[in-house]
This record gives sequence, structure tokens and C-alpha cells, in this order.
Amino acid sequence: MKNLVVKLGAAAIAVTVMATGAWAASAYPKNKPREQDWSFAGPFGMYDQAQLQRGLKIYAENCSACHALSRINFRNLADLGYSDDQIKAFAANYEVEDGPDDFGDMFFRPATAADAFPSPFPNQEAARAANGGAYPPDLSLMAKARAPIRGFPAFVIDPFRNYAENGPDYIYSLLTGYKDEVPEDVSVPEGLWYNPYFASGTALAMAPPLFEDMHEFDDGTEATVSNMAKDVSAFLMWTAEPHMDERKQLGFRVMVFLLIFAALLYLSKKQVWSRVEH
Amino acid sequence: MSKLEHHGTYTPTTGVGKWIDARMPLPRLMYDSFVAYPVPRNLNYAYTFGGILSIFLVIQILTGVVLAMHYVPDATKAFDSVEHIMRDVNSGWLMRYMHQNGAHFFFLAVYLHIFRGLYYGSYKAPRELLWILGCIIYLLMMATAFMGYVLPWGQMSFWGATVITGFFTAFPVIGVPIQELLLGGFAVGDPTLNRFFSLHYLLPFMIAGVVILHVWALHVTGQTNPTGIEVKSKTDTVPFTPYATIKDAFALIVFLAVYAYFVFYMPNFLGHADNYIPADPMVTPAHIVPEWYFLPFYAILRAITFDIGPISAKLGGVIAMFGSIAVLFIVPWLDTSKVRSAVYRPWFKLFFWVFVINSVFLGWLGSQPAEGVYVALAQLSTAIYFGFFLVVMPVLGLVEKPRRVPNSITEAVLERSAGSGGGSPQLGDATASADKS
Repeated sequence: MKNLVVKLGAAAIAVTVMATGAWAASAYPKNKPREQDWSFAGPFGMYDQAQLQRGLKIYAENCSACHALSRINFRNLADLGYSDDQIKAFAANYEVEDGPDDFGDMFFRPATAADAFPSPFPNQEAARAANGGAYPPDLSLMAKARAPIRGFPAFVIDPFRNYAENGPDYIYSLLTGYKDEVPEDVSVPEGLWYNPYFASGTALAMAPPLFEDMHEFDDGTEATVSNMAKDVSAFLMWTAEPHMDERKQLGFRVMVFLLIFAALLYLSKKQVWSRVEH
Repeated sequence: MSKLEHHGTYTPTTGVGKWIDARMPLPRLMYDSFVAYPVPRNLNYAYTFGGILSIFLVIQILTGVVLAMHYVPDATKAFDSVEHIMRDVNSGWLMRYMHQNGAHFFFLAVYLHIFRGLYYGSYKAPRELLWILGCIIYLLMMATAFMGYVLPWGQMSFWGATVITGFFTAFPVIGVPIQELLLGGFAVGDPTLNRFFSLHYLLPFMIAGVVILHVWALHVTGQTNPTGIEVKSKTDTVPFTPYATIKDAFALIVFLAVYAYFVFYMPNFLGHADNYIPADPMVTPAHIVPEWYFLPFYAILRAITFDIGPISAKLGGVIAMFGSIAVLFIVPWLDTSKVRSAVYRPWFKLFFWVFVINSVFLGWLGSQPAEGVYVALAQLSTAIYFGFFLVVMPVLGLVEKPRRVPNSITEAVLERSAGSGGGSPQLGDATASADKS
């Protein structure tokens, strides 16, 4: 009869796993994201502050021209290892609208640590008008909102290898996945860029955003497209899931507690039931 | 009456205990229900999910109450308020991930609980009402989960609500008014979100109420057990505490460890990426797929692609989907077998596993687009689903030759341990009687 439990368990795992719902067949992306090594992968993986700082620099100097990051406040940058003064100074580079003042007028002032990153466009319509009709999405949640279907059997295996980096893998693959040579069976509309890693088509409106040596990093990291794509993907994972480090640290304590508790309960159970045939 | 008398063993020792016992004997009720209550000695781990489910109901209510303190049921603010919980509320991410993954594990446990009931024939007389109360709980859970999924107001929330409330329009005359009542308008919007939030807060307490009835009914009839034989003598049972308590506790902690793994290490594995995109009525997601626990029913809904007389394909699909749950309610009367447990029913056992595999397969089909070969497979799979209840259950009871059923639980236990080299001579004497077949 223990057999039944095992079988039910196996069936349950199969069902759960199917779960992800996931697996709905989809033609895009044409190419699956390429898996990268992330400092934050695995049960003990944590964010690499230096990498997040480089990612912030890339966002601030490139991406922010078109993409908002409205769910991140400057104060959140403390997670990246910046001091209060550094954050204040950084925030002061940005202007935010405030008001109304005593005369009922809106005015601009330098941002403070309490403000969110200002968005590049006042609204979606303005963003579309400036970008040939395409809307550059807010990047705050991108690393969780774009996670291409894993397909069978990957999604069954994922829980066992604790693979949860589909989002940053996707962003990295997209940023480094632009191809000049378009396959013959693909037609790329005027003004779009071919990218087989794009989640919802063969081409997207965003031009390849990263170029060799476009940045200089204080820590001497080489500004290759691949390095920069990785840094900004890691940064976006942090913007999407700022409490991941805390989550995994607490998780470890919870798991240790539960496993020790389970072992003690198992021994107690054995002891109690040893008095009776069952 | 084969049921063991188990009341009256509680004797309050303190003055306060006696005072309360004479006025409102709640401690006595608790003692009789969770300490002295006799349970069959041969319960296996498949019988631990009832306890696990009650704990999950508590987890969901507690985390839910905290989430509701910070959540804003307003179409323009709901998504932001959930992100506020995830980012700025102390331990908000923990509450949210526990609640979200808690729903998945709640369903996982309830499915294991239901499958266990089907396998061991737990629904048979005199436990029909117990089973039906369980079906009502399941139905309430589905409604609660659906409405809860709408609250974060992501793309899948919005479009899931649109699709599911759309089912009701299939019914002639009353369909559209029902849909408009659910939505509070002509399309999913602010009024929908507000009433779903209200109901999502209400239904768990209704579930808790029905759970009390479910446990009450259980304690009247007593638990079934893997042999399906009713308790006949005192040697068949052990007291709930410490025996069942410690076993349930162990199973619970193991189950919680798996749950915790997902909460802390893969919190978004069971969800949809699209639900991290704020709801946009102007953009339909490429694939609108429900959560995994609804997928088999979604497959049944979409399997009916043909008109049946005056019934349109759409209405047929909705009827089949509701029917697939309704059929659970009449299971006690569909099964004609005199033998309760599948352990002694070789054919039923086989069909049971076909049913389980088919249910999983239906779930997979539910996640696939309803086109091409998937439609035919879904139709076949739907036929097997209903065939199990409407054909196999009634017919098998009449034609199947069950294996020999032991005379008592004690006999079954001792036969088994004798087979595995153990055995207690002391108790063995009591069951040396009759091997009939």
C-alpha cells in the first residue's frame, strides 16, 4: 500500500509539473534562450553587486532613453552597495515633476532617494509616437514577465536542477541575438530588426542596443556586447525580484528546520508505531 | 452497530476543567475528536492529506488576510499594489509567494485526497454525505482559486476572467444575465475586480464551514482504511493521539518541505510569466491557459467541437465541463460493487490507474492549443473520463470477481506482516478464524 503513495506521488508530480501551463505550443521564440551562468542561480546563488552596478550604468546610459523603470526607487539602489550619499547624488542627476506649488503650478525639481526612476515618456502614446509606433515596455518586471515556454521534458527537469533563470537567459539571448543575415523563409518588415530570440515574432522594433566598448567600467570589466548584455540582464533580474537574496537565505533556514523536524518526527513516529502491527 | 463507542473517556481533572465541562464541553469535544478518537490501525500515508489540507486552508487564510491589508481592489491600482507588497511591505514577498504557491499545493493535496478516496472506495455507504461534502469543498476551492487568480490583475488574470465568465453565455436565455451579474457590467472591469475580491475573501470561510461538516461526518462514520473493511473490534483501531497525530505531523512536514522549496527557490515556476504584465484589455495574450489544476476541465470544455441536436458545440462544451465535476457528486451511487477497496478489485484497480493517467493526459491536452490532433485526443480522453464514472463503475461492480476480503482489519494486518516475516502471535490468536474462500 505504500506503493500507492509512491504512485500517487509520481502522478502528482507529473500533474504539478505540467502545471506551468506552460507548455502551450508556440512558434516563438524561434530559438530557445541560451542558458548562462548567473551568480544568483541555484539555492545559494546571490546577486553580484559589482555586476548589478555595471547593469545600472548600462540601463542609466542606454536603456533609459526609451525604457521606463518605474517600480524602482532610487533608495532601492542601496541593495547594489551604494551609500546614502551616493544615492542622493545619483538621484539629483534626474529631474522629476512635482507640485502643485502654492500657486497651483507643477514644477520640476531634482529627484531624491524617495523618488522612482522618472520615465522617458509621459505616457504610452508619446512613447509610441517617438518610436515609430512601437512601445518600449517598462523594464521593472521584464525578467519575470518574459519567460519563454520551456517545453517537455525541460519543465519536468527544471525543479530538480532548480532552474529559475529563464527570464534573464531570455533577455541576454535577445540582446545578443540580433542577426544581420536573415534566413530566406523570414521576411522582416521595414524598420524592424531580425532576432530569432524574440518572444513574439521574428523581428522587433528595437535596434541592436549594445555595441563593443560603448561603456567604460571602473572595475575594468571589458565592455563586450556579451558582458554588457549579461550585466544588464542580471540588473533586470534584480529590478524584478529585489528580495531574491533575502528569500534564498530565509529559505535555507526554513529548509534546514523542516528537514530536521521531519527527521525527528519520523523517528518519533517509528517509536510510537513500533508498539503495534500495522 | 459495529462502530466503537468512543465517548465519555474524557475526565477533567482541574477545577476550571470541570467548570467548563459542565457548561460548554468544548475541551471534551476536542479530546474525543482528536485524542481518544479511534482510527484504523492500518492507515497509510495516503490518509494524511486530510490533515494537510486543513493546515493549507489555515495557511491560505492567514497569508490572505495579511495580503488583503495591503492589496487594493481597483483596476488601476491592483497590479501596482501587488508589486508594492512584493517590494515594500515587510516580508510581503513571503506572504505573496506563500499564498500563490499555497494555492497550487492546496490543489495538489486535494487531488491526492480525492484519488485516495476513489481508490479505496471511501465514498461508499455509509459515507455518501461525507463524500458529497468533500465535493462541495472542492467546488468552493475552484471558485476561490479562480477569483483569487484574477486579483493581481495581470494579463492572464484579466483574460482568464474574460474566458471563464464567457462560459456562462453559452446557456440560452439565462446565460448572458448570469455573465453580466458576475462581471458587474458587459466586460471584465473594475466592478468585476471588486466583487471577485469580496467573494475571494468570503469563500474560504465558507470552505472552513463545510470542512467542519466534513470532519463531523467523518467522525460519525469513522475513517475507511486500505482494506475497506469496517472497524469491528477494538484491536482494529488505535487512538488518534499519538498514532495518527504523529504520522500526520510527519507527512505534513514533508509536504511543507516540498512546498517551501517552491516558495523559496522556484516561486514562479507554477505561475505564468504573462501575469507579470499588467492587464491590458487591448492586447490578447497569444495563449490563454488556466492554471494547471483547471487544465483537465479546460480540455473537456474544448473537446466538444460539434453540435448535438439543438445543443451548440459551445453549450455542449460547457455542459461537459460542469458535468465532469457534477459526476463526482453521484459517484457513491454509480459504483455498484459490494467490495469497497480497490485492493481486492483487480479490474477496478487497473481502470483506476487508467483514469489517473488519463486525468494527467487531459491536463496536458488542456495546455495545448485546441487544434489538429489535440482535438481528437481530447475527445477520446474526455470519453475515457466519463466512461470511468458512467460505464466502468456501474458495470464492473456487477461483473468483476473480487479477491478474497479478509474478515477484519486486524486479520489483514497480521496476514501482511506474517507474509513479510513479522507477526504478533499474541494478536494472531484472535484472528485464527475462517479463511472463507
